[in-house]
Amino acid sequence: MSGYLTGVLVVLAFNVIAAYAVYLPMAAGQLNLGIAGFMAIGAYGAAFLTNEYGWSIWMAVPTASAAAGLVGIVIGIPVLRTHGIYLALATFALGQVIAAIFLNLEVVGGAAGYTVSDYVSPNVVFWAAAGVVVFMLLLSRTRFALYLTAVKSDPTVADLMGISVRGIQVAAFALGAAVAGFGGAFYALHYNFIEAQHFNVLLSVFTVLYVLFGGTQTVWGPLAGAIFFTLMPELLRAGEQWRYAIFAVFIILFMAIRPQGLVTTSLFRIFRRRRSGEAAQ
Amino acid sequence: MNATAIAAVPSPAPLASGAQAALVVNGVSKSFAGVHAIRNLSFEVPKGGATALIGPNGAGKTTVFNLVSGVYGVDSGSVHVNGQDITHLPSRQRIGKGIARSFQNVRLMAHLSVLENLLVGQHVRASSLGALLTPYRLFPNHPWKVEARRALAENGLEQYADEMVSALPYGVRKRIDLVRATLAGASVLMLDEPAAGLNPSETNDLRDHLNALVAQGLTLLIVEHDMHFVDSICRNVVVLNFGEKIAEGPLAVVQQNPEVRRAYIGDEEG
Repeated sequence: MSGYLTGVLVVLAFNVIAAYAVYLPMAAGQLNLGIAGFMAIGAYGAAFLTNEYGWSIWMAVPTASAAAGLVGIVIGIPVLRTHGIYLALATFALGQVIAAIFLNLEVVGGAAGYTVSDYVSPNVVFWAAAGVVVFMLLLSRTRFALYLTAVKSDPTVADLMGISVRGIQVAAFALGAAVAGFGGAFYALHYNFIEAQHFNVLLSVFTVLYVLFGGTQTVWGPLAGAIFFTLMPELLRAGEQWRYAIFAVFIILFMAIRPQGLVTTSLFRIFRRRRSGEAAQ
Repeated sequence: MNATAIAAVPSPAPLASGAQAALVVNGVSKSFAGVHAIRNLSFEVPKGGATALIGPNGAGKTTVFNLVSGVYGVDSGSVHVNGQDITHLPSRQRIGKGIARSFQNVRLMAHLSVLENLLVGQHVRASSLGALLTPYRLFPNHPWKVEARRALAENGLEQYADEMVSALPYGVRKRIDLVRATLAGASVLMLDEPAAGLNPSETNDLRDHLNALVAQGLTLLIVEHDMHFVDSICRNVVVLNFGEKIAEGPLAVVQQNPEVRRAYIGDEEG
């Protein structure tokens, strides 16, 4: 595999992980605009534990991921009392606050950034992303995933059916944060250098964009969105300086025509019917 | 598989004869911004059989359902289900005490299929962490799905199992809403205008369905405007007007009550 292609695929792997981190709360109807903050916790956590305490990668990554999830629970409980645009603003601010803390934390390099001595190869990153996809596919087959949609569709009825709406929302938010932390940890270990400025609001916003673009109705949406958003600008390289403009126009047109995203439940239904139709013939 | 199987539906309560009431509403009041929606309301729903809650538009019937199910808290008074005080219980814990409800404007989850809506209805009987994280969708014949399909088949709705709810006609959605309410295994069902918007043949099917539920030992509390429908199912009616109970008893008797007649057709002398 050429260095260029490997580089693009590694970016894709990180984008896929980030997309699922955003997707989890979004499936329950919550927009998390602070995902970069949770990635930063995972990245700095894994970097610090391997650098300063000599932890192995296999200990440091789960711990850093769990730390991000724990912060997700602690922050999620008060923050998820807000809804809609206020939740978006609160999570946006949260992402900024976390990045600002790392920017001012001298023990992890402050504004100068932090060099990470341990290294994971692209293959490890690919396996990590594949693991997240498999985990999400399994999770999408459970009642938990069913309740995410139920809570998003009609929280009052979900509550009367006995479902803990707040419990499901906080769990989705925290699990998303843990997935973000997991991705962040591998990011630090693969690129060997992190700085707070990387985990900025654009990273959060772009990730939300892939997920909306791919569609939030099915578990395949974020994967499709991340693939499209990562590979399309590369394919448009022929357009030189116009490539981002072409890409932006394309996104605007697409969202106008198909606001529910690329992959939807009804799309799956059409395929399933066609397949059962063929089987009947 | 045992760990994830649904707990058995509680055995139906025996038909009551002077036994403990299924639902007791005692001295309940509720106001919204100073307007009295319900005033000192007391009534009992005996175990087994169906009771109707009737009254003109705006009498407070749906508010009573919302107070009993916990969508709103009461200002004063108490609510007991099967002898247990649920007055201050969080709304989501009430279904576990044996009381479930349907909704006036059918509230199925539009982004879920019919089968998935029924699975949500089973939640109270499958709420452990293990049940939450079992990838049941990988098993075509998982007991949860089998039970939901059977409930659909018993009501002639099996062909809709995999349809999206938003694509179905109103009458079908209404019946699925009722099936979902029964899947919680509750012994008391509150049904808010179950016959509204149904055509005569659908209304007949609904009557058979409700009578079958009563025959199984369930207790029904029904808000309904169609008096023929009420007469064919309910032994007892409670009449509300302006948030107060104005009469109670068998429909034929209540219909002769002058205050009830005034509430429905206005003061004839006025």
